[in-house]
Amino acid sequence: MPLLMPVLLASLLFSIGIYGVLARRNAILVLMSVELMLNGVNLNFVAFDVYLRDKLLSGQVFTLFLITVAAAEIGLGLAIVLLVFRNRESSQLDELRDLREEDDPPARDQVADDEQAVAS
Amino acid sequence: MSVVEVLFGLLGVVALGSALLVVTTRHLVHAALWLVVTLGSIAGCYLLLSAEFVAWVQVLIYVGAVVVLLLFGLMLTRAPIGASNELDSSRGQRLAAAITAAGTAAVLVTSLVDAFHGEHIDLSDDRVAGSSRTVGQAVFRGWVLPFEVLSLLLLAALVGAIVLSRRDISAGPELTRSQETGR
Amino acid sequence: MTLVFVTVLAPFVAAVAGLFLGGRWPRTQVPIAVAGAVVSLGGAVVLAVRVAVDAPLQDVAQVTTVHTGAFDIDVALRLDGLAGIVSVAVAVVALAVQVYSSDYLKGDPRYSSYAAFVSLFTAAMMLVVFADDLFVLLVGWEVMGVCSYFLIGHHWEQADAQRSAVKAFVVTRLGDVGFLFGIFTLSVAAGTSRITTILGTSGDGLSQHTATVATLLLLCGVVGKSAQFPLHTWLPDAMAGPTPISALIHAATMVAAGIYLVARLYPVFLAAPTTLAVMAVIACITMLGAALAALAQDDIKRVLAYSTVSQLAYMLAALAVGSATAATYHLLTHAAFKALLFLAAGSVIHVVGTNLMPDMGGLRKAMPVTFATMTVGLAALAGLPPFSGFFSKEAVLGAAEESARHDGPVASWAAWLVLVVGLVTVAVTAAYVTRLWLMTFFGTARTAVAVHESPPAMRWPLIALAIPAVGLGVVGNRSLLPTWLGLPAPTLHVGLVTSGLSVLLAAAGFAAVVVAWRLVPASDPMRLASLRPVLEHAFYVDDLYDRLFVRPVRAATRAVRWTDDEVVVATVAGSGLGATRLAVLLRRTQQGNVQTYLTGLLAGVVILAVGVVTLT
Repeated sequence: MPLLMPVLLASLLFSIGIYGVLARRNAILVLMSVELMLNGVNLNFVAFDVYLRDKLLSGQVFTLFLITVAAAEIGLGLAIVLLVFRNRESSQLDELRDLREEDDPPARDQVADDEQAVAS
Repeated sequence: MSVVEVLFGLLGVVALGSALLVVTTRHLVHAALWLVVTLGSIAGCYLLLSAEFVAWVQVLIYVGAVVVLLLFGLMLTRAPIGASNELDSSRGQRLAAAITAAGTAAVLVTSLVDAFHGEHIDLSDDRVAGSSRTVGQAVFRGWVLPFEVLSLLLLAALVGAIVLSRRDISAGPELTRSQETGR
Repeated sequence: MTLVFVTVLAPFVAAVAGLFLGGRWPRTQVPIAVAGAVVSLGGAVVLAVRVAVDAPLQDVAQVTTVHTGAFDIDVALRLDGLAGIVSVAVAVVALAVQVYSSDYLKGDPRYSSYAAFVSLFTAAMMLVVFADDLFVLLVGWEVMGVCSYFLIGHHWEQADAQRSAVKAFVVTRLGDVGFLFGIFTLSVAAGTSRITTILGTSGDGLSQHTATVATLLLLCGVVGKSAQFPLHTWLPDAMAGPTPISALIHAATMVAAGIYLVARLYPVFLAAPTTLAVMAVIACITMLGAALAALAQDDIKRVLAYSTVSQLAYMLAALAVGSATAATYHLLTHAAFKALLFLAAGSVIHVVGTNLMPDMGGLRKAMPVTFATMTVGLAALAGLPPFSGFFSKEAVLGAAEESARHDGPVASWAAWLVLVVGLVTVAVTAAYVTRLWLMTFFGTARTAVAVHESPPAMRWPLIALAIPAVGLGVVGNRSLLPTWLGLPAPTLHVGLVTSGLSVLLAAAGFAAVVVAWRLVPASDPMRLASLRPVLEHAFYVDDLYDRLFVRPVRAATRAVRWTDDEVVVATVAGSGLGATRLAVLLRRTQQGNVQTYLTGLLAGVVILAVGVVTLT
């Protein structure tokens, strides 16, 4: 079969996975989208392995490894999501705003606060 | 157009369609189920590409373990059952995501078409390239060291997951305090 | 010639010593300063005697040579008749001022710096007198200007002292710009700045054109330093300084330096009749204008200041009509009687406590010595025989008449102008002299202070100066002084008609004021109704300068300051503000939503990939 078929399929799966990562609010849905991306990559590996008739079968072996890593990752990822859910009562990514920069920078006060904290 | 190509095309359409549904559906659990469909069709694609072992490992691990884990996660985080409007980000964010995804797709497709136009995969060989025997030989001869490292990785992930999610292991005075006050 | 160096350097040493030692040991301040003046006077007298005996004498001594690119500057001193005689006058006045100041400024906390500056000033004037190189003369000239600034502003807590000091410095500096270029022109034209050489070549070396340009530029400096129109405005305001300084600077020394310079370089000036004509016109305007202004002043020191300007104009006029000898003669007598007048006025002010004549009156019984000496000085100023002022003024007017009747170095219309205006000014001089005399010493006492004679250290200089004020008339005898001075065109002419006319005019002025005074004894004889404000403000020249120069400069200053505040500082502060605002703007991208960050990241990667693919 033409090489382009599996390869294009893999690219499209990857792009759909990107859309899912960026556009879904629920953390678990984001993890699902990451799985989509990984599957696209896997398909790409296998397709090229078969095309190149690799003696070492490196593409397929890599795919196996990738599946394993994906499984490990999803285990840990879910543990983190659970922790976050426990602490914040929400699994919506929008509501995790600790990285936000406030409009009024407390620059001057921070120094004074640090000094007070040290003194006290 | 051989049989293999036709089948592959069908399976590809199914995979793409269900992938789209995964990322756009408003039912959370349905998204997980559509993911199963996608993973299954990918496994079918592997079979058609004569990578048997990978295909069955895909079904076993991905469909069997990963999706189950995802469903467990949905349950434990009180996922909304039924249609929910809260699953997608804001409109602006979705637009930006769509553009980025479209851009990525465009770049990848054009460069790949440009590079591999007219190439063919030769599937006419009698020997099955991806049988268990050949893959097993490859893994335990050529790739045995990465294989062992990978098992260590799995161990680390296992330990990490347990540590993160157990409640009776305290991580330090500040965290317990915030756990108490955060509730 | 070593004695010349001693005469120049003794006051300088006294200045340095006074500055360093006087702070530590206040008792030594007066002795050091007086010692410097005494040594200088001794040297000057010995040199003058030598010059008188060996006339005509010319002796030079060179210290070192400075090699510049264009020509060499010789640091050299010259002793001749002019230098020797004038140095005596300078030294006498300097000593009188030092002794007088010891009582006038008794208890002043800054006395050591004052005495040091007076000594430094004396040294600078001696350097000008004895200089044989134009640049050495310039050094002395400028040091005098600086000392004058410090001394006028001695009481720098008072605003008018500060302002007057700055005004004096700036106005004389203005003239000094032209002066400097005159020195350049003369030195380049003559190929050297050595005065001896310049005087030698001026006959055939310098073209008339060059001489005119150089002398006109030098005249700028003379006009500034000697307070002639239009740079005369600083002198009346310089009265804000202590009175002994007015005596030193504005009688004998600094203002006379301009006249001295013209006399020193007289052969060059004689080769430029245009300059002489300009000098004559300036002198006449100043002469009459200042005398008229003196009529309407209430401050006794300002009367004397305007009188100084007027008398300096007489000297400049004498130089204009071709008699440097007459000018120097008047310079010497003026030094004596003007110093005397200032010191006597200081004595009166010290006792009465005010400068204003309407607050004085009837002082002649209580201050007999001051009264007598001041009368001598005033008589000399008015030009009454047999006082010295009469003889020197006659020499000036006689030179004018001689130049008008026969061919002199200047055009005859200029000589006639000088003669006529000089005679009219005699009358006005007598008028303001009488006014001052009557208002200060006669009539009812308008002051409430208990009046007594001034202390001895203030009295003795008055008496000492009264002697030459009376006696210098003898010296002007037609052969003595001219021989000693050794200047070109030495003869002193005296015209009988001119002399008789001037005595009559003086008497007329005197009588007019006495009559006016008798009519209303208690008030100012010169009420003058509507003319008075014009005269009192000296024809509003100061106000004109204020409008033309001072106000625009002040406005420019305000504009510059506004630019600095609004533009420069605002730009600096604005850049900080701009950075802050930009930061606020950029902060809007950090919303905390991780997906947004990731979107940006991936979009960037895609764009980069596209870029790489298409461009390479």
